[in-house]
Amino acid sequence: MTESAPLLSVRDLNAWYGESHALHGIDLDVHQGETVTLLGRNGVGKTTALRSIVGIIRKRSGSIRFDGKDMLRVPLHRTARHGIGYVPEERGIFATLTVEENLTLPPVIAKGGMTLAEIYQLFPNLEERRKSPGTKLSGGEQQMLAMARILRTGAKLLLLDEPTEGLAPVIIQRIGEVLLTLKQRGMTILLVEQNFRFASKVADRFYVVDHGKVIDTFAVEELPGRMAMLNEALGV
Amino acid sequence: MTTIFDVPIQAFLGQLLIGLINGSFYAMLSLGLAIIFGMLKIINFAHGAQYMIGAFAGYLLLATFGIGYWPALLLAPIIVGLCSAAIERLALSRLYNLDHLYSLLFTFGLALALEGAFRYYYGSSGQPYAVPKELAGGYNLGFMFLPKYRAWVVLASLAICISSWLLIEKTKLGAYLRAATENPTLVRTFGINVPLLLTFTYGMGAALAGLAGILAAPIYQVSPLMGSNLIIVVFAVVVVGGMGSILGAIITGYLLGILEGLTKVFYPEASNIVIFVIMAIVLLVRPAGLMGRDA
Repeated sequence: MTESAPLLSVRDLNAWYGESHALHGIDLDVHQGETVTLLGRNGVGKTTALRSIVGIIRKRSGSIRFDGKDMLRVPLHRTARHGIGYVPEERGIFATLTVEENLTLPPVIAKGGMTLAEIYQLFPNLEERRKSPGTKLSGGEQQMLAMARILRTGAKLLLLDEPTEGLAPVIIQRIGEVLLTLKQRGMTILLVEQNFRFASKVADRFYVVDHGKVIDTFAVEELPGRMAMLNEALGV
Repeated sequence: MTTIFDVPIQAFLGQLLIGLINGSFYAMLSLGLAIIFGMLKIINFAHGAQYMIGAFAGYLLLATFGIGYWPALLLAPIIVGLCSAAIERLALSRLYNLDHLYSLLFTFGLALALEGAFRYYYGSSGQPYAVPKELAGGYNLGFMFLPKYRAWVVLASLAICISSWLLIEKTKLGAYLRAATENPTLVRTFGINVPLLLTFTYGMGAALAGLAGILAAPIYQVSPLMGSNLIIVVFAVVVVGGMGSILGAIITGYLLGILEGLTKVFYPEASNIVIFVIMAIVLLVRPAGLMGRDA
């Protein structure tokens, strides 16, 4: 674990959907180069936490510091320029754009992102189908495209919401390989995942979320001793 | 005399040309409406007034400053576009969180207010606007006389429609517009200022109406009600083409213009309603429109 200040530091994050209080004081840190996973059952606030950090949910309080800057007052369309890239659960591939238009849509915000050639090397399927409409891709390819899209921009932090949802095991394995490649390149990743087996292969550290709060945190090395508690908390 | 379906060929080709010219205006206007609807989900009832103001801008530039047709062709759409962008920023953008009915009512009220103001100052009768001297006269095609200006309008309209389509389908800016139409929130997370994009789109759509207005000024007279006479037909065109479908709006605009012209040859009594009959049939058979995506 690095001793320097965390890249992303969230304290007492509360968020509301209209009148409904969804997050009740989330605390979490993500250090440079780390892959951190939020675990938890459906509806406990994992997705809401990501959406609040990006700034899609505006009704929020507490503190979100990214790279030393206070993100709470940053408008949604400026979040990306600070280096936060977001891949939503529904993937958000645009049907009226070709694969390549989807891929090159987010503006490059900093040096250090992958080039188109590097991305096509990592995701050869996307190159083969670069002229097809985005939504003609399979679910797995759409997930690859949604991730590849952000890798081009030079984002420092990747927020990934359930990348394995609804995908076949062989595709999930491929996504795992991609995440490990990204880790080797030094990418910082905050992952929301229900697939505990998948998360245990890529993550360095875990937060367990329940009822809009972090109830536990541990490193991947401590995992074997936590299995009983996790099976209880996650209901798996 | 040569005839086609028992109709003299001169009459047939003459109406075909008139239909093509009307269709040129239908296409330009429904294109702007479709762009605005696709992106802002607003039914822009002020479109006819924006078209009228484009024509008046040309007329006033000439009457007040002596600025002629060609500079006006550039200035009138810019004036209409900038004013409309300001209206979007100051007023329309505040209505996006409400039911779409509110923005429809707002643009409807805006159209009535603008038309009322111009009627107050300029009366209901039209002001003449001369054809530019470069485009005066015409060609004798043998079977009919084709005024140069009308040929210019058809060509200009085609060029405007094709370049607007290319802008939206083939450029980076167009990709932003299409993506923001599908999922504005996600496009904002990519770092794109979507509210600004909406203002730009509304300004562009209105500028297209203004451009159609200045093109129309030498053909029809410049009058405060010129837009409201046209806009209902244009709405029918957009519905037939498919709400928000750019290509649908363009193609349907020309086709319905021509169809309306030909109806005048074969059954003149129906020429005023043929577009609305088609609209009714399309709504019954294919509610998303001929080229619309099913919602």
